[in-house]
Amino acid sequence: MRTIPLRQALREAMEEEMRRDNSVFLMGEEVAQYNGAYKVSQGMLDEFGDKRIIDTPISELGFTAIGVGAAMNNTRPIIEFMTWNFAELALDQIVNHAAKILSMSGGQFSCPIVFRGPNGSAGQLGAQHSQAFENWYANVPGLKVISTMNPYDAKGLLKSAIRDNDPVVFMESEIAYGEMAEVPEEEYLIPIGKADVKRNGTDVTIVSYNKMMKVAMTAAEELAKENISAEVIDLRTIRPLDWQTIAESVKKTNRLVIVEEQWPFGSVSSEITYRIQKEVFDYLDAPILRICSADTNMHYASNLVAAHIPDVPRTVKLVKEVLYMKK
Amino acid sequence: MPTPFGKETYLYWYEIMLLLRKFEEKAGQLYGMQKIRGFCHLYIGQEAIAAGMMTAIRDDDNVITAYRDHGLAIAKGITANACMAELYGKATGCSKGKGGSMHFFSKEKRFFGGHGIVGGQIGLGAGIAFAEQYQNTDRATICYFGDGAARQGMLHEVFNMAVLWQLPIVFICENNHYAMGTSVERTSKVLDIYRLADAYDMPGDSVDGMSCEEVHKGIDRAVRRAREKGGPTFLEIKTYRYRGHSMSDPAKYRTKEELEEYKEKDPINQVLKMILDSKWATQEDIDLINEKVKTEVEESVKFAEESPLPDDSELYKDIYTDENYPYITD
Repeated sequence: MRTIPLRQALREAMEEEMRRDNSVFLMGEEVAQYNGAYKVSQGMLDEFGDKRIIDTPISELGFTAIGVGAAMNNTRPIIEFMTWNFAELALDQIVNHAAKILSMSGGQFSCPIVFRGPNGSAGQLGAQHSQAFENWYANVPGLKVISTMNPYDAKGLLKSAIRDNDPVVFMESEIAYGEMAEVPEEEYLIPIGKADVKRNGTDVTIVSYNKMMKVAMTAAEELAKENISAEVIDLRTIRPLDWQTIAESVKKTNRLVIVEEQWPFGSVSSEITYRIQKEVFDYLDAPILRICSADTNMHYASNLVAAHIPDVPRTVKLVKEVLYMKK
Repeated sequence: MPTPFGKETYLYWYEIMLLLRKFEEKAGQLYGMQKIRGFCHLYIGQEAIAAGMMTAIRDDDNVITAYRDHGLAIAKGITANACMAELYGKATGCSKGKGGSMHFFSKEKRFFGGHGIVGGQIGLGAGIAFAEQYQNTDRATICYFGDGAARQGMLHEVFNMAVLWQLPIVFICENNHYAMGTSVERTSKVLDIYRLADAYDMPGDSVDGMSCEEVHKGIDRAVRRAREKGGPTFLEIKTYRYRGHSMSDPAKYRTKEELEEYKEKDPINQVLKMILDSKWATQEDIDLINEKVKTEVEESVKFAEESPLPDDSELYKDIYTDENYPYITD
């Protein structure tokens, strides 16, 4: 099978859906003539023209609102944010408007829109360009939230998101746009709301998503060298949360570690922990442990960045803790 | 005063404005009786804007506004019954009892809502217009907001893009002189709000909002421009709300004289005078209209009273279009 980078997988998803449905358009900063700040939309202007690939001024609140309004009126916008950090300027439109149009109108006006862009840290970018927001949006009824850096999953999920009749928050990763993976030429869809077991194991379950999946998978490899068999689950969708897949795994492994890039307070791991202790309490042989980003702002210095984000050694250490192994 | 408008137009204006006025007076009463709850912003005094708009647009044009939405919703064709039922939070309301006073909607009437975040609908309106342009229609979108919203960043971002993309939209600032309790003079040095359009090379104009004729003319010009691919227009329509910002506002920040000054220019009285002076109707004809409107409002109250509340199961409906969405329930 061919191997393509994440940015191409995302682009193919948008191109295929735009060929399939004329009501789909892409709007955002630098998406057209510049070919995308991260080259996700490279070449799309040439194929679809400036009516459907639309450069905007730097007005996140304004163009997000235009997207939401257009979604209320028989079109299917894809709104690209250069990063989810900038989407904070448009939070009012995503939370107060997109998520509420259907219910406020008593079901009359739906809002089929995709908000997408890179999320989380991407090197030494400092405090304002390094945040992970999955839990913010996952808290909001009316939104669906997808977060992945896996090219195969990203393509299938983005296609589903574009076809979805409700607003979808779609989070990618700047540093993963070049990430290569096998992606079939043939069309496929991946349903929203389904986690995926990326590695089978028996001793412990590690749950993660987006680029922390790399940490989780590498940790699993390290653990394997010590004959510890870790099962690794990629959430892929944050809301709705596929806790059943986690629960099934925990019934087998009896231990759960969560690795994520969120800040700890009220994070995705908090929600998973509540759900799993409630649903499969009797199967747990150890407290659920997690590793989040540090409960601080991101600093610039390289050592402080490294200390801020979850890593393999600390993940391995947590796994050993839930296995009650000597550290 | 010579007028290009005829008998039918004036009679329509009179009846629709009277309906809006009487509906709102009743809503105010019912609010006092706690039949209507939540926030409630009455349109009394601003009726000429809704009336003048309706004779200037087509039925299939789009309207979106803020939370002071009762008048525009009824004028756009949502029935008094559906509006009153919505105020009561009943299942027969125009938003199934899920919106309330601030969130009237009708997809059928192309009324894109009542919105509660000041200025948020400026961008939505531009998006609705963008979708019309995208779909190659000749529908215009009329997007309302108040003088308070004119100070939101949204206006500037969206005005800029609306001109850049020549969107078929008419932005209307209903300047009733007070953003809740703060007068326009206290919010900016730019008191001629329509001049904000100048910064973006958008045609802008000031319109007398106590005159149906002037409102019609202003909106008619702007709608034609939108339909003929001439891009957006910004109209500042100067009006006055006779009541406070919402039901809980005694409006102590303004003088009685100022209120009386506007009441003397009351659009319903002006239109009625024109009708009677022109002998387009007798007092008996007018009495019949008055009676019809009174009955319509009374019936809407009866309809709302007798309508059922939404079923409890509606709690988990209309959040997602997917009826099988797995809500967290514990």
